[in-house]
Amino acid sequence: MLNAWLYIGLFTLVAAALPAIAIFLAGLLAPKKPNPIKNATYECGVETVGPAWTQLRVQYYLFALAFLIFDVESVLLFPWAVAYQQLPLFAIVEAVIFLAILVGGLFYAWRKGALNWQ
Amino acid sequence: MAVFWQDPITFLRLWLENLLLSWGVPADWALVIRFAVGAVLLVTAALLLVILQLWLERKLIGRIQDRLGPNRVGPWGLLQPIADVLKIFTKEHITPAGADRIPFNLAPVLSVAAALMVWAVIPFSATVFGADLNVGILYLLAVGALGELAIILAGWGSNNKYALLGALRTVAQLISYSVPMTLSALVPVMFSGSLHLSVITRAQEVWFIVLAPVPALIFLTASVAEVGRAPFDLPEAESELVAGYSVEYSGLKFGFFYVAEFLKAFTVSLIFAVLFLGGWRGPGAESYPVLGFVYLMLKSGIVYLLMILFRGTLPRFRIDQVMDLNWKVLTPLALILLMVIALADYFLRGTLPLVRILGLLCINGLAYLVLDRVLSSRERLRRRLVAQPVRPVARPENLITSSDVGGRS
Repeated sequence: MLNAWLYIGLFTLVAAALPAIAIFLAGLLAPKKPNPIKNATYECGVETVGPAWTQLRVQYYLFALAFLIFDVESVLLFPWAVAYQQLPLFAIVEAVIFLAILVGGLFYAWRKGALNWQ
Repeated sequence: MAVFWQDPITFLRLWLENLLLSWGVPADWALVIRFAVGAVLLVTAALLLVILQLWLERKLIGRIQDRLGPNRVGPWGLLQPIADVLKIFTKEHITPAGADRIPFNLAPVLSVAAALMVWAVIPFSATVFGADLNVGILYLLAVGALGELAIILAGWGSNNKYALLGALRTVAQLISYSVPMTLSALVPVMFSGSLHLSVITRAQEVWFIVLAPVPALIFLTASVAEVGRAPFDLPEAESELVAGYSVEYSGLKFGFFYVAEFLKAFTVSLIFAVLFLGGWRGPGAESYPVLGFVYLMLKSGIVYLLMILFRGTLPRFRIDQVMDLNWKVLTPLALILLMVIALADYFLRGTLPLVRILGLLCINGLAYLVLDRVLSSRERLRRRLVAQPVRPVARPENLITSSDVGGRS
């Protein structure tokens, strides 16, 4: 098992190093002639007003919260799914109730309008 | 001892192992060297595959749109992607003023690395796989999320409003679609009772797409959205956001975002083939592992062609349609199907295999029809409400239609 993770570690290193080296080499080959106009922020020719790092709409955070709930829930379901073939009916019904509560939560968020993109 | 023409990869692996041991390399280091060689070869092969993909996709999209596609460089334009790579390699790297340099430079590397890392756990044939993790599927989902991190880094680092807006939209789309994706990935785990990708492959006496067609469809839809391809290509909606998160990138840095996109497309096809289409399984794949590799590539190639067809034929969604499709159709469908399949499979467990297959097929179809009815009736109601006030449309008189507001009354 440790060997598998050793392979994953080596693979991650190689997978990150190959593009990094390629970009470095291309950076050596490429011409370097910066000027203020070329380096200006691109907004289709219009001059930029104010900083780019502005405040953002709360909408994104609402979806992030909904995602978080379902992500945590699916992590809880994976052990159940692995054991599913040996489980008695009782445990399966329990998981179904768990899922039903989540469906209820989803419909609640839906009715409250949290899932509408404005 | 493996015979070369039955299983070339294992043959070469054993040859390398013996060679290293005969040179007097300690066994531990021999293992590290073997792993490193394997990783380098696999990464290189995956990146070379992208070149072929670029050609295939441009050619096919060209034919769909009644063009010839690339046809100048090499026979049938086969060398066109190589010419493109050489050109992009020598282009200037422009860093916009005020950019946050570390995220800006890290993003393209991370983007490609996230797509490549998935390849480390894919079982390519009965004997050839990188690492058979005991948390295989969780690893796939976790590494898939790294790509989202790369996108938000690119958007944040660029110091550009379009880029930031594009990145946020993309991340909102990607995290949303990973919910139904995860939920439908639970179904193969339930049927095979393991998170090992090799065990899931071996458990598919009957392909899981036959046992669970609707979760497979959800998984396919979610993975098309997850790689941000048309019709879900909002990340690079040229007409709205210039080019989304990659607007400030140039040269090879932009090239790597492009490579990552194509690589991800093939990677999700590969994952779909492993989870639902039986991976390397096929006639003769056990005794001739090289055949298994061919089967896996054929299956994922077919899924990839399907994705090219989607891209060529479907118009782009709007962002609110994308979110609605995910949260109001796919997620409830995946949740309810999970419950239904869990209960149904429990009662069909002891029966004949054919009864089980037919039973699950019927349950899937039934659940899909009922849910589609419920969900689309809501949608129809909403559309009717929107369409109620008749608004005059500014356009010249249309002789073909009868209505004065356009359309067929």
